[in-house]
Amino acid sequence: MSIWEYANPTRFMQTSGKLLPTVAVLSLLCLVIGLIWGFFFTPDDYRQGSTVKIIYLHVPSALMAINAWLMMLVTSLIWLIRRHHVSALAAKAAAPIGLTMTLIALITGAIWGQPMWGTYWAWDPRLTSFLILFLFYLGYMALWAAIENPDTAADLTSVLCLVGSVFALLSRYAVNFWNQGLHQGASLSLDKEENVADVFYLPLLVSIAGFVLLFLALVLLRTRTEIRIRRAGALIARERLS
Amino acid sequence: MIALLRRDLRLAIRAGGGFGLGLAFFLILVVLVPFGVGPNSDILSRIAPGILWVGALLSCLLSLDRIFQLDYEDGTLDLLATAPLPLEAAATLKALSHWLTTGLPLTIAAPFLGVLLSMPSGATLWLVASLAIGTPALSMLGTFGAALTVGLKRGGLLVSLLVLPLYMPTLIFGAEAVRRGAEGLPATTALLLLAAITAGCAALLPFASAAALRMNLR
Repeated sequence: MSIWEYANPTRFMQTSGKLLPTVAVLSLLCLVIGLIWGFFFTPDDYRQGSTVKIIYLHVPSALMAINAWLMMLVTSLIWLIRRHHVSALAAKAAAPIGLTMTLIALITGAIWGQPMWGTYWAWDPRLTSFLILFLFYLGYMALWAAIENPDTAADLTSVLCLVGSVFALLSRYAVNFWNQGLHQGASLSLDKEENVADVFYLPLLVSIAGFVLLFLALVLLRTRTEIRIRRAGALIARERLS
Repeated sequence: MIALLRRDLRLAIRAGGGFGLGLAFFLILVVLVPFGVGPNSDILSRIAPGILWVGALLSCLLSLDRIFQLDYEDGTLDLLATAPLPLEAAATLKALSHWLTTGLPLTIAAPFLGVLLSMPSGATLWLVASLAIGTPALSMLGTFGAALTVGLKRGGLLVSLLVLPLYMPTLIFGAEAVRRGAEGLPATTALLLLAAITAGCAALLPFASAAALRMNLR
């Protein structure tokens, strides 16, 4: 039993078909609990008032925006090295979700920033690197859309993803050099004893879990769709030949 | 290799293609900016480093789709791919000839255009140094973008979208070096980081470009 078994589309379809409903229901459950708990059953922050509650959307989506790119990097590498089609399709499936997560993080941040910083947008390092990440996602998806041959498209987008990852990291640190930050530092770290007061922290963890599961469910769903599109294409091609 | 480089340069000069185009665009941009923001020399001198760097970057973008497109259409690229010369070397040479026809003239022209933007005289040296160090990275990244989109009919816009986020670190360090130089602050750090980007690009990107070319030609 190894993970490479799922490189076989049939195996992948079987397992993901069983997994998908569970993941989807769990994610819905976590999201509902986390968001309702966070929005209605936590106290207001003593300085930020109720605006603090946007954390339950902002932090998980920002987290997933970065992790989606990481996942695309891993699947791109697998495609380049072992040429498993499911891997390339998973990367293709993850890109629009990552883009949406980036957009959610940017928009919720802007909505929070207006009352707190007095502006929707500031050229702060974190905000800027997220905007650059957004551009990377756009370019990646545009390249997928532009190339007709699916294998060439998978190859080229994988190379773009690799090079892009290096430059995304580079920009992440380059922008620190360029402007002082307005955004607070990391408020969730594994190695700190207390990150945020527990009343805010626990619902946040639940909603992060909800976002992770939501991402997983959407990636599975979209990968399944991509595989079905491939199959339909193959069937049509076979029909035309006979 | 030398022959390929000379061929590319000759083509660029005689065909009247990218050579003058980038420079003309740069000139137009610099001339237009004072009309846009007003002739106040305080404002102009403050934004001059950034404008010049952005102008250089956009002029580089302008001629990117010429790097491989013509060679792809008339089959030269297929010959290059099967030639004994490694494709990595060919990609490096393409980047080099792109830089010689856009980056180098821009670097030479920039101090004169800086005068138009009333850039402080202390910054001129930093401007020339940062452009000389930074524009090769722009050319190499552009070659990579062009290699990705070489088979596409209308790759021009796509190349800009792909290459734009890749240009960010270079632009940040380049413009920052000139800005710090103009204000009399120590600017060596930014310049060194810029050089690091260029060196890294030179070491790694030819492989990425060649890989993308092979995928496209398959």
